Amino acid sequence: MELWYTVSGKLLPFSWTEHQFMLNALLAVLLVTPLFGMLGTMVVNNKMAFFSDTIGHSALTGIGIGVMMGLNQPLWAMIIFAVFMAAAVSLLKEYTLTSADTVIGVFAAAAVALGIVILSRGGGFNKYSGYLIGDLLSISPGELKLMLIVTGLFIGYWYYSFNPLMLISIHSSLARSRGINVRWVEIAFVVALAVIVTISIQWVGILIINSLLVLPAATARNFSAGIRQYHFLAILISGVSGITGLILSYYWDTATGATIVLVAAALYVVSLLKKYVWG
Amino acid sequence: MPDHHSANFISPGVDCGWCCTDIKNLTVIKGQKTIIHDINLHMHCGELTAIIGPNGGGKSTLLKAIIGENAYRGEISFHDRAGKRRGKPQVGYVPQRWDFDPGAPVSVADLFFTLQNKKPVWLFSSRKMRARIAESLARVQAEHLIDRKVGQLSGGEMQRVLLALAMEPVPELLLLDEPVSGVDYKGRELFYQIVSDFRRQYDLSILMVSHDLDLMRHFADRLVLLNGTILCQGHPEQVLKNSQIAHIFGQIDQNNNFRNFLPPDRNIV
Repeated sequence: MELWYTVSGKLLPFSWTEHQFMLNALLAVLLVTPLFGMLGTMVVNNKMAFFSDTIGHSALTGIGIGVMMGLNQPLWAMIIFAVFMAAAVSLLKEYTLTSADTVIGVFAAAAVALGIVILSRGGGFNKYSGYLIGDLLSISPGELKLMLIVTGLFIGYWYYSFNPLMLISIHSSLARSRGINVRWVEIAFVVALAVIVTISIQWVGILIINSLLVLPAATARNFSAGIRQYHFLAILISGVSGITGLILSYYWDTATGATIVLVAAALYVVSLLKKYVWG
Repeated sequence: MPDHHSANFISPGVDCGWCCTDIKNLTVIKGQKTIIHDINLHMHCGELTAIIGPNGGGKSTLLKAIIGENAYRGEISFHDRAGKRRGKPQVGYVPQRWDFDPGAPVSVADLFFTLQNKKPVWLFSSRKMRARIAESLARVQAEHLIDRKVGQLSGGEMQRVLLALAMEPVPELLLLDEPVSGVDYKGRELFYQIVSDFRRQYDLSILMVSHDLDLMRHFADRLVLLNGTILCQGHPEQVLKNSQIAHIFGQIDQNNNFRNFLPPDRNIV
Protein backbone atom coordinates (compact mmCIF):
# COMPACT_ATOMS: atom_id res chain seq x y z
CA MET A 1 0.00 0.00 0.00
CA GLU A 2 2.83 2.40 0.91
CA LEU A 3 4.31 1.85 -2.51
CA TRP A 4 1.02 2.74 -4.15
CA TYR A 5 0.68 5.96 -2.10
CA THR A 6 4.21 7.07 -2.95
CA VAL A 7 4.02 6.26 -6.64
CA SER A 8 0.56 7.64 -7.25
CA GLY A 9 1.25 10.71 -5.10
CA LYS A 10 4.29 11.52 -7.24
CA LEU A 11 2.67 10.76 -10.56
CA LEU A 12 -0.60 12.50 -9.89
CA PRO A 13 0.08 15.88 -8.36
CA PHE A 14 -3.54 17.00 -8.09
CA SER A 15 -5.47 18.30 -5.15
CA TRP A 16 -7.65 15.19 -4.99
CA THR A 17 -4.67 12.86 -4.72
CA GLU A 18 -3.64 14.48 -1.46
CA HIS A 19 -6.30 12.48 0.31
CA GLN A 20 -5.48 8.92 1.13
CA PHE A 21 -9.11 7.82 0.71
CA MET A 22 -9.04 9.09 -2.86
CA LEU A 23 -5.93 7.07 -3.61
CA ASN A 24 -7.58 4.01 -2.08
CA ALA A 25 -10.65 4.61 -4.19
CA LEU A 26 -8.56 5.09 -7.31
CA LEU A 27 -6.82 1.78 -6.77
CA ALA A 28 -10.19 0.12 -6.20
CA VAL A 29 -11.49 1.58 -9.45
CA LEU A 30 -8.41 0.37 -11.33
CA LEU A 31 -8.90 -3.13 -9.93
CA VAL A 32 -12.64 -3.48 -10.29
CA THR A 33 -13.66 -1.69 -13.47
CA PRO A 34 -11.68 -4.01 -15.81
CA LEU A 35 -13.47 -6.98 -14.24
CA PHE A 36 -16.81 -5.35 -14.88
CA GLY A 37 -15.81 -4.64 -18.46
CA MET A 38 -14.85 -8.29 -19.02
CA LEU A 39 -17.88 -9.80 -17.32
CA GLY A 40 -20.07 -7.30 -19.14
CA THR A 41 -19.00 -8.56 -22.57
CA MET A 42 -20.51 -11.93 -21.76
CA VAL A 43 -23.54 -10.55 -19.90
CA VAL A 44 -24.44 -8.47 -22.95
CA ASN A 45 -23.70 -11.26 -25.43
CA ASN A 46 -25.91 -13.69 -23.55
CA LYS A 47 -28.65 -11.15 -22.86
CA MET A 48 -28.21 -11.66 -19.12
CA ALA A 49 -28.73 -8.07 -18.00
CA PHE A 50 -31.87 -8.97 -16.10
CA PHE A 51 -30.13 -11.93 -14.51
CA SER A 52 -27.18 -9.89 -13.24
CA ASP A 53 -29.62 -7.33 -11.92
CA THR A 54 -31.24 -10.08 -9.87
CA ILE A 55 -27.87 -11.08 -8.45
CA GLY A 56 -27.35 -7.49 -7.36
CA HIS A 57 -30.76 -7.33 -5.72
CA SER A 58 -30.27 -10.59 -3.89
CA ALA A 59 -27.55 -8.83 -1.93
CA LEU A 60 -30.29 -7.30 0.23
CA THR A 61 -31.35 -10.73 1.42
CA GLY A 62 -27.70 -11.66 1.90
CA ILE A 63 -27.26 -8.65 4.17
CA GLY A 64 -30.44 -9.61 6.00
CA ILE A 65 -29.24 -13.14 6.61
CA GLY A 66 -25.86 -11.85 7.72
CA VAL A 67 -27.50 -9.49 10.19
CA MET A 68 -29.75 -12.24 11.57
CA MET A 69 -26.71 -14.41 12.10
CA GLY A 70 -25.23 -11.53 14.06
CA LEU A 71 -22.31 -10.99 11.69
CA ASN A 72 -20.63 -7.63 11.89
CA GLN A 73 -19.60 -7.79 8.24
CA PRO A 74 -22.33 -9.42 6.15
CA LEU A 75 -20.08 -9.82 3.08
CA TRP A 76 -19.68 -13.59 3.38
CA ALA A 77 -23.39 -14.13 3.88
CA MET A 78 -24.01 -11.93 0.85
CA ILE A 79 -21.61 -13.88 -1.33
CA ILE A 80 -22.96 -17.26 -0.30
CA PHE A 81 -26.53 -16.18 -0.88
CA ALA A 82 -25.74 -14.60 -4.25
CA VAL A 83 -23.96 -17.76 -5.42
CA PHE A 84 -26.92 -19.83 -4.26
CA MET A 85 -29.33 -17.55 -6.14
CA ALA A 86 -27.24 -17.64 -9.30
CA ALA A 87 -26.98 -21.42 -9.31
CA ALA A 88 -30.67 -21.86 -8.44
CA VAL A 89 -31.86 -19.59 -11.22
CA SER A 90 -29.67 -21.18 -13.87
CA LEU A 91 -30.68 -24.71 -12.85
CA LEU A 92 -34.37 -23.84 -12.69
CA LYS A 93 -34.14 -22.21 -16.09
CA GLU A 94 -32.79 -25.45 -17.46
CA TYR A 95 -35.18 -27.88 -15.80
CA THR A 96 -38.47 -26.06 -16.09
CA LEU A 97 -40.21 -25.01 -19.22
CA THR A 98 -40.94 -21.57 -17.80
CA SER A 99 -39.27 -18.77 -19.70
CA ALA A 100 -36.04 -17.52 -18.19
CA ASP A 101 -37.53 -14.05 -17.89
CA THR A 102 -40.32 -15.26 -15.64
CA VAL A 103 -38.10 -17.41 -13.43
CA ILE A 104 -35.66 -14.55 -12.94
CA GLY A 105 -38.45 -12.06 -12.30
CA VAL A 106 -39.91 -14.25 -9.59
CA PHE A 107 -36.54 -14.71 -7.90
CA ALA A 108 -35.61 -11.03 -8.09
CA ALA A 109 -38.85 -9.87 -6.52
CA ALA A 110 -38.76 -12.52 -3.81
CA ALA A 111 -35.15 -11.80 -2.91
CA VAL A 112 -35.70 -8.06 -2.61
CA ALA A 113 -38.88 -8.52 -0.59
CA LEU A 114 -37.27 -11.00 1.78
CA GLY A 115 -34.30 -8.71 2.28
CA ILE A 116 -36.50 -5.70 3.03
CA VAL A 117 -38.67 -7.70 5.43
CA ILE A 118 -35.68 -8.90 7.42
CA LEU A 119 -33.86 -5.57 7.45
CA SER A 120 -36.92 -3.45 8.22
CA ARG A 121 -37.85 -5.47 11.28
CA GLY A 122 -38.08 -2.98 14.13
CA GLY A 123 -37.99 -0.06 11.71
CA GLY A 124 -34.24 -0.07 11.24
CA PHE A 125 -33.96 -0.15 7.47
CA ASN A 126 -32.26 3.25 7.26
CA LYS A 127 -29.13 1.76 8.78
CA TYR A 128 -28.68 -0.28 5.63
CA SER A 129 -29.69 2.24 3.01
CA GLY A 130 -25.99 2.89 2.43
CA TYR A 131 -25.90 -0.37 0.50
CA LEU A 132 -28.37 1.01 -2.00
CA ILE A 133 -26.03 3.78 -3.07
CA GLY A 134 -22.66 2.40 -2.04
CA ASP A 135 -19.61 4.26 -0.79
CA LEU A 136 -16.40 3.85 -2.70
CA LEU A 137 -14.52 6.40 -0.59
CA SER A 138 -14.83 4.29 2.53
CA ILE A 139 -12.80 1.42 1.12
CA SER A 140 -10.08 0.21 3.47
CA PRO A 141 -6.61 -1.18 2.71
CA GLY A 142 -7.74 -4.59 3.96
CA GLU A 143 -10.60 -4.61 1.49
CA LEU A 144 -8.25 -3.55 -1.25
CA LYS A 145 -6.12 -6.61 -0.55
CA LEU A 146 -9.19 -8.82 -0.87
CA MET A 147 -9.94 -7.17 -4.17
CA LEU A 148 -6.43 -7.68 -5.44
CA ILE A 149 -6.74 -11.40 -4.74
CA VAL A 150 -10.17 -11.60 -6.35
CA THR A 151 -8.93 -9.73 -9.42
CA GLY A 152 -6.00 -12.11 -9.79
CA LEU A 153 -8.18 -15.18 -9.45
CA PHE A 154 -10.72 -13.81 -11.86
CA ILE A 155 -8.22 -13.06 -14.58
CA GLY A 156 -6.93 -16.62 -14.30
CA TYR A 157 -10.47 -17.92 -14.61
CA TRP A 158 -11.21 -15.64 -17.54
CA TYR A 159 -8.09 -16.77 -19.39
CA TYR A 160 -9.29 -20.37 -19.46
CA SER A 161 -13.04 -19.94 -19.76
CA PHE A 162 -13.44 -17.21 -22.29
CA ASN A 163 -13.40 -19.33 -25.44
CA PRO A 164 -15.84 -21.97 -24.15
CA LEU A 165 -18.15 -19.22 -22.88
CA MET A 166 -18.00 -17.44 -26.20
CA LEU A 167 -18.78 -20.62 -28.05
CA ILE A 168 -21.75 -21.40 -25.83
CA SER A 169 -23.08 -17.89 -26.35
CA ILE A 170 -22.86 -18.48 -30.10
CA HIS A 171 -24.55 -21.88 -30.20
CA SER A 172 -24.77 -24.29 -27.30
CA SER A 173 -25.17 -27.47 -29.35
CA LEU A 174 -22.17 -26.50 -31.41
CA ALA A 175 -20.23 -26.06 -28.18
CA ARG A 176 -21.48 -29.45 -26.98
CA SER A 177 -20.32 -31.12 -30.17
CA ARG A 178 -16.83 -29.83 -29.36
CA GLY A 179 -16.85 -31.59 -26.02
CA ILE A 180 -17.59 -28.53 -23.89
CA ASN A 181 -19.52 -29.23 -20.71
CA VAL A 182 -22.10 -26.52 -21.24
CA ARG A 183 -23.78 -26.73 -17.87
CA TRP A 184 -20.61 -26.47 -15.79
CA VAL A 185 -19.13 -23.67 -17.83
CA GLU A 186 -22.37 -21.74 -17.43
CA ILE A 187 -22.59 -22.34 -13.71
CA ALA A 188 -18.97 -21.34 -13.19
CA PHE A 189 -19.72 -18.12 -15.03
CA VAL A 190 -22.78 -17.18 -12.99
CA VAL A 191 -20.88 -17.98 -9.79
CA ALA A 192 -17.99 -15.73 -10.84
CA LEU A 193 -20.49 -13.05 -11.76
CA ALA A 194 -22.25 -13.39 -8.41
CA VAL A 195 -19.02 -13.15 -6.42
CA ILE A 196 -17.66 -10.09 -8.23
CA VAL A 197 -20.98 -8.23 -8.19
CA THR A 198 -21.55 -8.94 -4.51
CA ILE A 199 -18.10 -7.91 -3.40
CA SER A 200 -18.45 -4.63 -5.27
CA ILE A 201 -21.91 -3.81 -4.02
CA GLN A 202 -20.88 -2.04 -0.83
CA TRP A 203 -18.87 0.45 -2.92
CA VAL A 204 -21.01 0.85 -5.99
CA GLY A 205 -24.50 0.33 -4.58
CA ILE A 206 -27.29 -2.12 -5.29
CA LEU A 207 -29.32 0.32 -7.35
CA ILE A 208 -26.77 0.99 -10.03
CA ILE A 209 -24.29 -1.88 -10.00
CA ASN A 210 -25.92 -3.55 -12.95
CA SER A 211 -25.45 -0.51 -15.17
CA LEU A 212 -21.74 -0.65 -14.52
CA LEU A 213 -21.81 -4.21 -15.82
CA VAL A 214 -23.91 -3.56 -18.89
CA LEU A 215 -22.96 -0.07 -20.09
CA PRO A 216 -19.26 -0.47 -20.96
CA ALA A 217 -19.87 -3.67 -22.93
CA ALA A 218 -22.93 -2.24 -24.66
CA THR A 219 -20.88 0.81 -25.63
CA ALA A 220 -17.94 -1.27 -26.85
CA ARG A 221 -20.30 -3.35 -28.96
CA ASN A 222 -21.27 -0.33 -30.99
CA PHE A 223 -17.64 0.35 -31.87
CA SER A 224 -16.33 -3.18 -32.51
CA ALA A 225 -15.98 -5.46 -35.50
CA GLY A 226 -14.38 -8.40 -33.70
CA ILE A 227 -14.16 -10.08 -30.32
CA ARG A 228 -10.70 -8.81 -29.46
CA GLN A 229 -11.62 -5.20 -30.10
CA TYR A 230 -14.89 -5.64 -28.21
CA HIS A 231 -13.15 -7.06 -25.18
CA PHE A 232 -10.41 -4.44 -24.94
CA LEU A 233 -12.77 -1.55 -25.58
CA ALA A 234 -15.13 -2.78 -22.87
CA ILE A 235 -12.26 -2.78 -20.37
CA LEU A 236 -11.01 0.60 -21.54
CA ILE A 237 -14.44 2.23 -21.43
CA SER A 238 -15.11 0.76 -18.03
CA GLY A 239 -11.78 2.03 -16.70
CA VAL A 240 -12.16 5.50 -18.21
CA SER A 241 -15.69 5.88 -16.83
CA GLY A 242 -14.45 4.71 -13.42
CA ILE A 243 -11.58 7.18 -13.17
CA THR A 244 -13.50 10.09 -14.68
CA GLY A 245 -16.48 9.39 -12.44
CA LEU A 246 -14.30 9.20 -9.34
CA ILE A 247 -12.63 12.55 -10.03
CA LEU A 248 -15.90 14.25 -10.95
CA SER A 249 -17.56 12.96 -7.80
CA TYR A 250 -14.75 14.53 -5.77
CA TYR A 251 -15.26 17.97 -7.27
CA TRP A 252 -19.05 17.74 -7.40
CA ASP A 253 -19.30 16.15 -3.99
CA THR A 254 -21.64 13.41 -5.25
CA ALA A 255 -21.96 9.65 -4.74
CA THR A 256 -19.07 8.03 -6.60
CA GLY A 257 -20.78 4.91 -7.96
CA ALA A 258 -23.61 6.91 -9.49
CA THR A 259 -21.24 9.44 -11.01
CA ILE A 260 -19.25 6.64 -12.64
CA VAL A 261 -22.42 5.18 -14.09
CA LEU A 262 -23.43 8.60 -15.46
CA VAL A 263 -20.11 8.91 -17.26
CA ALA A 264 -20.54 5.39 -18.67
CA ALA A 265 -24.06 6.27 -19.82
CA ALA A 266 -22.77 9.41 -21.54
CA LEU A 267 -20.19 7.30 -23.39
CA TYR A 268 -22.96 4.93 -24.41
CA VAL A 269 -24.92 7.82 -25.92
CA VAL A 270 -21.81 8.82 -27.85
CA SER A 271 -21.50 5.28 -29.18
CA LEU A 272 -25.11 5.34 -30.32
CA LEU A 273 -24.57 8.64 -32.10
CA LYS A 274 -21.45 7.23 -33.71
CA LYS A 275 -23.28 4.15 -34.88
CA TYR A 276 -26.55 5.63 -36.11
CA VAL A 277 -25.89 9.28 -36.84
CA TRP A 278 -22.25 9.68 -37.83
CA GLY A 279 -21.62 6.08 -38.80
CA MET B 1 -0.29 -46.81 -41.56
CA PRO B 2 -0.95 -43.43 -43.19
CA ASP B 3 -3.00 -41.00 -41.22
CA HIS B 4 -6.31 -41.78 -42.72
CA HIS B 5 -8.14 -38.67 -41.68
CA SER B 6 -5.51 -36.02 -42.15
CA ALA B 7 -6.51 -33.02 -44.21
CA ASN B 8 -3.95 -33.56 -46.93
CA PHE B 9 -5.32 -36.93 -47.82
CA ILE B 10 -7.05 -35.65 -50.91
CA SER B 11 -7.57 -38.31 -53.45
CA PRO B 12 -10.98 -38.21 -55.05
CA GLY B 13 -12.84 -41.42 -55.28
CA VAL B 14 -11.02 -43.16 -52.46
CA ASP B 15 -13.54 -45.10 -50.50
CA CYS B 16 -11.97 -47.50 -48.10
CA GLY B 17 -15.35 -48.67 -46.87
CA TRP B 18 -13.80 -50.19 -43.81
CA CYS B 19 -14.21 -47.61 -41.14
CA CYS B 20 -17.73 -47.11 -39.99
CA THR B 21 -20.00 -45.77 -37.30
CA ASP B 22 -22.45 -48.14 -35.72
CA ILE B 23 -25.56 -47.13 -33.82
CA LYS B 24 -27.21 -49.95 -31.92
CA ASN B 25 -30.58 -49.91 -30.19
CA LEU B 26 -30.44 -46.20 -29.51
CA THR B 27 -33.34 -44.87 -27.44
CA VAL B 28 -33.87 -41.34 -26.16
CA ILE B 29 -36.40 -40.66 -23.43
CA LYS B 30 -37.14 -37.14 -22.22
CA GLY B 31 -39.15 -36.99 -19.04
CA GLN B 32 -41.82 -39.62 -19.50
CA LYS B 33 -41.83 -39.45 -23.25
CA THR B 34 -39.97 -41.72 -25.63
CA ILE B 35 -38.74 -39.50 -28.45
CA ILE B 36 -36.92 -42.11 -30.53
CA HIS B 37 -36.44 -45.79 -29.89
CA ASP B 38 -34.50 -48.80 -31.19
CA ILE B 39 -32.50 -46.93 -33.77
CA ASN B 40 -30.05 -49.13 -35.64
CA LEU B 41 -27.83 -47.45 -38.19
CA HIS B 42 -24.65 -48.47 -39.88
CA MET B 43 -22.70 -45.76 -41.66
CA HIS B 44 -19.66 -46.36 -43.82
CA CYS B 45 -17.05 -43.78 -44.58
CA GLY B 46 -17.48 -42.13 -47.95
CA GLU B 47 -21.21 -42.46 -47.59
CA LEU B 48 -23.85 -39.77 -47.26
CA THR B 49 -26.90 -40.87 -45.30
CA ALA B 50 -29.87 -38.53 -45.32
CA ILE B 51 -32.52 -38.70 -42.62
CA ILE B 52 -36.00 -37.67 -43.63
CA GLY B 53 -39.17 -37.69 -41.64
CA PRO B 54 -41.94 -35.51 -40.28
CA ASN B 55 -41.36 -32.69 -37.81
CA GLY B 56 -41.32 -34.13 -34.32
CA GLY B 57 -40.13 -37.47 -35.68
CA GLY B 58 -36.91 -37.21 -33.68
CA LYS B 59 -34.40 -36.28 -36.37
CA SER B 60 -32.67 -33.54 -34.41
CA THR B 61 -32.95 -35.62 -31.25
CA LEU B 62 -30.95 -38.39 -32.90
CA LEU B 63 -28.18 -35.98 -33.90
CA LYS B 64 -28.11 -34.43 -30.45
CA ALA B 65 -27.79 -37.87 -28.90
CA ILE B 66 -24.78 -38.52 -31.10
CA ILE B 67 -23.07 -35.28 -30.07
CA GLY B 68 -23.79 -36.09 -26.44
CA GLU B 69 -26.35 -33.39 -25.69
CA ASN B 70 -29.24 -35.81 -25.19
CA ALA B 71 -28.84 -38.70 -22.80
CA TYR B 72 -29.54 -42.03 -24.49
CA ARG B 73 -29.61 -45.77 -24.02
CA GLY B 74 -27.89 -47.92 -26.55
CA GLU B 75 -24.54 -47.80 -28.21
CA ILE B 76 -22.70 -45.51 -30.59
CA SER B 77 -19.34 -46.78 -31.71
CA PHE B 78 -16.76 -46.10 -34.34
CA HIS B 79 -14.47 -48.70 -35.91
CA ASP B 80 -11.40 -47.68 -37.81
CA ARG B 81 -9.81 -49.41 -40.74
CA ALA B 82 -7.77 -51.79 -38.64
CA GLY B 83 -11.01 -53.06 -37.18
CA LYS B 84 -10.11 -52.16 -33.64
CA ARG B 85 -12.82 -50.65 -31.49
CA ARG B 86 -12.16 -47.00 -31.15
CA GLY B 87 -15.11 -45.88 -29.06
CA LYS B 88 -17.08 -42.79 -29.95
CA PRO B 89 -16.61 -41.19 -33.33
CA GLN B 90 -15.09 -37.75 -33.48
CA VAL B 91 -17.93 -35.64 -34.79
CA GLY B 92 -18.30 -32.40 -36.70
CA TYR B 93 -21.67 -30.71 -36.31
CA VAL B 94 -23.45 -28.18 -38.47
CA PRO B 95 -26.54 -26.89 -36.66
CA GLN B 96 -29.76 -25.78 -38.20
CA ARG B 97 -29.74 -22.20 -39.37
CA TRP B 98 -30.50 -19.81 -36.52
CA ASP B 99 -30.80 -16.07 -36.14
CA PHE B 100 -27.40 -14.90 -35.09
CA ASP B 101 -27.51 -11.58 -33.28
CA PRO B 102 -26.64 -9.15 -36.10
CA GLY B 103 -25.08 -6.69 -33.66
CA ALA B 104 -22.72 -9.19 -32.04
CA PRO B 105 -19.10 -8.20 -32.59
CA VAL B 106 -17.99 -11.64 -33.74
CA SER B 107 -16.16 -12.01 -37.04
CA VAL B 108 -15.83 -15.25 -38.98
CA ALA B 109 -12.15 -15.40 -38.05
CA ASP B 110 -13.11 -15.02 -34.37
CA LEU B 111 -15.42 -17.97 -34.68
CA PHE B 112 -12.62 -20.20 -35.93
CA PHE B 113 -10.16 -18.89 -33.41
CA THR B 114 -12.55 -19.51 -30.53
CA LEU B 115 -13.06 -23.10 -31.60
CA GLN B 116 -9.49 -24.03 -32.24
CA ASN B 117 -7.64 -22.43 -29.39
CA LYS B 118 -7.36 -22.82 -25.67
CA LYS B 119 -5.76 -19.41 -25.40
CA PRO B 120 -8.41 -16.74 -25.05
CA VAL B 121 -9.36 -15.02 -28.25
CA TRP B 122 -9.17 -11.61 -26.53
CA LEU B 123 -5.45 -11.94 -25.97
CA PHE B 124 -3.99 -13.66 -28.97
CA SER B 125 -4.01 -13.61 -32.72
CA SER B 126 -1.46 -14.87 -35.19
CA ARG B 127 -0.81 -14.65 -38.86
CA LYS B 128 -0.22 -18.36 -39.10
CA MET B 129 -3.61 -19.01 -37.59
CA ARG B 130 -5.21 -16.62 -40.03
CA ALA B 131 -3.68 -18.39 -42.98
CA ARG B 132 -5.06 -21.68 -41.71
CA ILE B 133 -8.51 -20.16 -41.32
CA ALA B 134 -8.41 -18.81 -44.87
CA GLU B 135 -7.44 -22.24 -46.11
CA SER B 136 -10.27 -23.81 -44.22
CA LEU B 137 -12.76 -21.30 -45.62
CA ALA B 138 -11.47 -21.88 -49.14
CA ARG B 139 -12.75 -25.46 -48.92
CA VAL B 140 -16.29 -24.12 -48.86
CA GLN B 141 -15.71 -21.23 -51.27
CA ALA B 142 -15.94 -18.68 -48.48
CA GLU B 143 -12.42 -17.29 -48.09
CA HIS B 144 -13.70 -13.78 -48.85
CA LEU B 145 -15.86 -13.87 -45.71
CA ILE B 146 -13.02 -14.08 -43.19
CA ASP B 147 -13.44 -10.56 -41.75
CA ARG B 148 -17.20 -10.30 -42.02
CA LYS B 149 -19.34 -10.15 -38.93
CA VAL B 150 -21.10 -13.48 -38.46
CA GLY B 151 -24.44 -11.72 -37.96
CA GLN B 152 -24.21 -10.15 -41.40
CA LEU B 153 -23.74 -13.31 -43.43
CA SER B 154 -26.54 -14.55 -45.65
CA GLY B 155 -28.12 -17.90 -44.81
CA GLY B 156 -26.13 -19.81 -47.39
CA GLU B 157 -22.85 -18.11 -46.45
CA MET B 158 -23.42 -18.76 -42.77
CA GLN B 159 -24.02 -22.45 -43.31
CA ARG B 160 -20.93 -22.82 -45.50
CA VAL B 161 -18.86 -21.14 -42.78
CA LEU B 162 -20.33 -23.54 -40.21
CA LEU B 163 -19.52 -26.43 -42.51
CA ALA B 164 -15.91 -25.29 -42.78
CA LEU B 165 -15.86 -25.05 -38.98
CA ALA B 166 -17.21 -28.59 -38.60
CA MET B 167 -14.42 -29.83 -40.88
CA GLU B 168 -11.74 -28.43 -38.54
CA PRO B 169 -10.33 -30.89 -37.66
CA VAL B 170 -11.64 -33.35 -40.23
CA PRO B 171 -14.14 -35.45 -38.29
CA GLU B 172 -14.92 -39.13 -38.57
CA LEU B 173 -18.61 -38.47 -38.69
CA LEU B 174 -20.09 -35.26 -40.04
CA LEU B 175 -23.55 -34.40 -38.73
CA LEU B 176 -25.75 -31.84 -40.45
CA ASP B 177 -29.09 -30.82 -39.00
CA GLU B 178 -31.26 -29.38 -41.76
CA PRO B 179 -28.24 -27.34 -42.74
CA VAL B 180 -29.83 -25.28 -45.48
CA SER B 181 -33.49 -24.97 -44.64
CA GLY B 182 -34.63 -21.51 -45.69
CA VAL B 183 -31.72 -21.04 -48.10
CA ASP B 184 -32.50 -20.45 -51.79
CA TYR B 185 -32.26 -23.30 -54.31
CA LYS B 186 -28.90 -22.27 -55.71
CA GLY B 187 -27.41 -21.92 -52.25
CA ARG B 188 -28.73 -25.34 -51.27
CA GLU B 189 -27.36 -26.98 -54.36
CA LEU B 190 -23.92 -25.44 -53.83
CA PHE B 191 -23.95 -26.57 -50.21
CA TYR B 192 -24.90 -30.14 -51.03
CA GLN B 193 -22.33 -30.24 -53.81
CA ILE B 194 -19.59 -29.23 -51.37
CA VAL B 195 -20.73 -31.76 -48.76
CA SER B 196 -20.95 -34.42 -51.39
CA ASP B 197 -17.39 -33.69 -52.54
CA PHE B 198 -16.11 -33.82 -48.97
CA ARG B 199 -17.47 -37.31 -48.58
CA ARG B 200 -15.13 -38.56 -51.27
CA GLN B 201 -12.17 -36.24 -50.67
CA TYR B 202 -11.94 -36.89 -46.98
CA ASP B 203 -13.61 -40.24 -46.84
CA LEU B 204 -16.14 -39.20 -44.20
CA SER B 205 -19.34 -40.70 -42.96
CA ILE B 206 -22.00 -38.04 -43.29
CA LEU B 207 -25.36 -38.03 -41.59
CA MET B 208 -27.68 -35.27 -42.71
CA VAL B 209 -31.21 -34.31 -41.80
CA SER B 210 -32.95 -32.84 -44.82
CA HIS B 211 -36.31 -32.02 -46.31
CA ASP B 212 -34.93 -31.63 -49.81
CA LEU B 213 -36.15 -34.90 -51.26
CA ASP B 214 -35.42 -33.81 -54.78
CA LEU B 215 -31.81 -32.88 -54.09
CA MET B 216 -31.30 -35.84 -51.77
CA ARG B 217 -32.34 -38.19 -54.52
CA HIS B 218 -29.34 -36.86 -56.36
CA PHE B 219 -26.75 -36.49 -53.58
CA ALA B 220 -27.49 -39.06 -50.89
CA ASP B 221 -26.28 -42.65 -51.00
CA ARG B 222 -28.93 -43.74 -48.60
CA LEU B 223 -32.19 -42.41 -47.24
CA VAL B 224 -33.49 -43.19 -43.77
CA LEU B 225 -37.10 -42.51 -42.95
CA LEU B 226 -37.40 -41.68 -39.27
CA ASN B 227 -40.57 -41.19 -37.29
CA GLY B 228 -40.00 -42.27 -33.70
CA THR B 229 -38.01 -45.15 -35.07
CA ILE B 230 -36.56 -46.06 -38.45
CA LEU B 231 -39.44 -46.99 -40.73
CA CYS B 232 -37.39 -47.80 -43.77
CA GLN B 233 -33.95 -47.20 -45.20
CA GLY B 234 -32.15 -47.89 -48.42
CA HIS B 235 -31.31 -46.45 -51.80
CA PRO B 236 -33.05 -43.07 -52.29
CA GLU B 237 -35.18 -44.25 -55.22
CA GLN B 238 -36.40 -47.27 -53.32
CA VAL B 239 -37.24 -45.34 -50.20
CA LEU B 240 -39.02 -42.60 -52.10
CA LYS B 241 -41.16 -45.16 -53.85
CA ASN B 242 -42.19 -46.65 -50.57
CA SER B 243 -45.83 -46.02 -49.88
CA GLN B 244 -45.11 -45.28 -46.23
CA ILE B 245 -43.63 -41.94 -47.30
CA ALA B 246 -46.82 -40.80 -48.92
CA HIS B 247 -48.73 -42.04 -45.92
CA ILE B 248 -46.57 -40.18 -43.41
CA PHE B 249 -46.21 -36.94 -45.22
CA GLY B 250 -49.72 -36.79 -46.53
CA GLN B 251 -48.61 -35.82 -49.93
CA ILE B 252 -45.48 -35.07 -51.87
CA ASP B 253 -45.74 -32.20 -54.29
CA GLN B 254 -44.46 -32.16 -57.87
CA ASN B 255 -41.00 -31.12 -56.75
CA ASN B 256 -40.94 -34.00 -54.34
CA ASN B 257 -41.01 -31.68 -51.37
CA PHE B 258 -43.13 -32.63 -48.43
CA ARG B 259 -46.40 -30.96 -47.77
CA ASN B 260 -48.54 -31.27 -44.71
CA PHE B 261 -45.84 -31.96 -42.23
CA LEU B 262 -47.37 -33.87 -39.39
CA PRO B 263 -48.20 -32.81 -36.75
CA PRO B 264 -47.23 -29.15 -36.67
CA ASP B 265 -47.55 -28.68 -32.93
CA ARG B 266 -45.01 -31.32 -31.98
CA ASN B 267 -41.80 -29.46 -32.28
CA ILE B 268 -38.94 -31.21 -30.57
CA VAL B 269 -35.82 -29.17 -30.28
